Amino acid sequence: MSIPAVELTGVHKSFGKAKIICGVDLSVAPGERHAIIGPNGAGKSTLFNLITGRFAPTQGTIRLHGEEIQGRPPYEINRRGLSRSFQITNIFPQLSVFENVRCALLWPMGLRYSFWHLVSGQSELNARADDILERINLAGRRNVPAGLLAYAEQRALEIGITIAGGAEVIMLDEPTAGMSHSETDAIVALIRQVTEGKTLIMVEHDMGVVFNLADRISVLVYGQIVASDTPEAVRANAKVQEAYLGAALEAAE
Amino acid sequence: MTIAPTSDRQPQDTLTGSQWRAALPWLIAFALLLALPFVFRSSSAITVMNQMAITVIFALSYNMLLGQGGMLSFGHAVYMGLGGFFAVHVMNTLLVPLPLLPLFGGLFGLIFAIIVGAFSTRRAGTVFAMISLGVGELVAASSIIIVSFFGGEAGVKGDRTEAPAFLGINFASQTQVYYLIAAWMFLSALAMYLFTRTPAGRMANAVRDNEERAEFLGYSQRTVRFMSFCAAGFFAGIAGALIAINFEILTEENLNLTSSGVILLVTFLGGVGFFIGPIVGAVAFTLLQSVLSLQTDLWQLYVGLLFLLAVMFFPGGLTGVLAMHGPAWRHGKLGLLTVPYLKLTAVVVTGILAAACFLEILFHVRHASVGENTMRLFKLTIDTHAVWPWLATGGVALICLALANRLAPDVKAAWDAANLPAKGSARR
Ligand SMILES: Nc1ncnc2c1ncn2[C@@H]1O[C@H](COP(=O)(O)OP(=O)(O)O)[C@@H](O)[C@H]1O
Ligand SMILES: [Mg+2]
Repeated sequence: MSIPAVELTGVHKSFGKAKIICGVDLSVAPGERHAIIGPNGAGKSTLFNLITGRFAPTQGTIRLHGEEIQGRPPYEINRRGLSRSFQITNIFPQLSVFENVRCALLWPMGLRYSFWHLVSGQSELNARADDILERINLAGRRNVPAGLLAYAEQRALEIGITIAGGAEVIMLDEPTAGMSHSETDAIVALIRQVTEGKTLIMVEHDMGVVFNLADRISVLVYGQIVASDTPEAVRANAKVQEAYLGAALEAAE
Repeated sequence: MTIAPTSDRQPQDTLTGSQWRAALPWLIAFALLLALPFVFRSSSAITVMNQMAITVIFALSYNMLLGQGGMLSFGHAVYMGLGGFFAVHVMNTLLVPLPLLPLFGGLFGLIFAIIVGAFSTRRAGTVFAMISLGVGELVAASSIIIVSFFGGEAGVKGDRTEAPAFLGINFASQTQVYYLIAAWMFLSALAMYLFTRTPAGRMANAVRDNEERAEFLGYSQRTVRFMSFCAAGFFAGIAGALIAINFEILTEENLNLTSSGVILLVTFLGGVGFFIGPIVGAVAFTLLQSVLSLQTDLWQLYVGLLFLLAVMFFPGGLTGVLAMHGPAWRHGKLGLLTVPYLKLTAVVVTGILAAACFLEILFHVRHASVGENTMRLFKLTIDTHAVWPWLATGGVALICLALANRLAPDVKAAWDAANLPAKGSARR
């Protein structure tokens, strides 16, 4: 087997005395679409924060393409090809929608901390930013300050920023939360399209979306992974049924 | 998805068209700078303009921190002052032609900014503000101790005319100095503007808005801030060197906390949200200062009150107020506001003048020597120990306050009417 895109071994995280993540092992192969599900407060977002460098794990190793990344700052992890979205929208409110997306493209396009390039002269940069706006359906809001967008628009922008740079590993934390059915369908189609050939890890509550999109599913309960398998196997897993999925599946039907 | 129609998308300008539009304000500014000494010829006018130009550079550099980078500094005068002191010393070596001197001031400001920025830009917010205050205090204190560099309380003097002549110019005349300062101001402003259009400058805005998200896009918030901080130090140093050239002396006053506070005030008054905000602030403040300080001892009190009013009612500063009227202007409805504004202005100006007179009378009573009971106010001779001047000025001020309160709903209604078809036009 090839080197996993993301691999967690024995990862623990405590906030003070509260043990939130208790020994997580997880392996996501390159090109896989992996969903993490579990009840509220299980630690899914915390797990995301550990992988992406927002927090350092208390214990354990996290590898990205075989290289240890635990405890590294978010920007270094991002530069190694991992990009994430946030459950609570996290954008640049005073910058225009276009600027938001363009900022996400600067580093991946090699412009780094340059103070000798003018962004207006970078035609490919601007074309790519406009292209992303078309794809997330926000071209009509190009010059609006992002903070003035409607909720669903901000969610779309959040995903646009995340996928803009073309990272190899994309992590989405509840991308469809709070969206209507039609909005969800559009976003799922977009996610499917932009993660073609890439590794996707997503937290999602909508079981329709999960079973539609995921190659594999991990179930996180109280900071532990109780199952990590194909959608069919997870659906049939008795432990999962008992812990969580039974109720959630019934609700989805 | 329910997203606004794509029809109101702004058309992309042709490259030359947008380039022209971007260059136009700079061409106008260039022409204006060339022409000003022919319009305002008096030596006092040129003094004011020189002071203004230096303040413009300093305020723009301050706004690289505050408006562009979200860093509230209470010690930015340090970089101007240090650049200035260094420039005076370089000037006194008689080796460097005067027009190149600002480069030395800038480099010295830059070096000090690199040192301080290395530890102060890790975080924005309170920590950054406190460090800037501490460094400001530290440098101001050392300026009294390290006499060889800072010249103690007397400061360090220089003589610009002794510097090597540049193309036969010796900068003995004030107009020559004006053009030197104006040229450096133009170049500095242009460079600072262009910086905002580079990846480093764009990310400075991004980090200001949301430092955490920027880190998940590959940027270290600290490095982004550090770069803005160094650039700001460089341009502050240039302003300092221009002080050296213009005044031929630098003292502790040029780098102390008061100067740092003043530039915060100037920048805020002009407006931190737009590139030209600090320019507007510097011009307005310098004018206000030079006019008011000749008229009254209380001028700092008035400036302070103005600052308070701005913070409370116009947090966008002067340019923010102007920009607020953009939508109404685009809808061609600015006319609706004229009459309510004129009424309100008349009332407010009268009220302010009355209140100012009241304060001046109060000041006179407290500070005039015993037996000196009269003062002149707007060509009137007033007995400050009589009751009527107090009643009249205080009364008018209060009446105007009440009137302004009465007028407020009208202004609000006119404002709403002027902004009515504002849908989908919230553009920057
Ligand atoms: N920074 C933090 N400090 C303390 N507790 C936290 C922090 N972040 C998350 N938690 C706690 O960890 C638990 C899991 O949260 P989270 O990972 O957001 O769950 P999920 O995303 O699965 O709903 C919650 O009980 C939450 O209160
Ligand atoms: Mg969560």
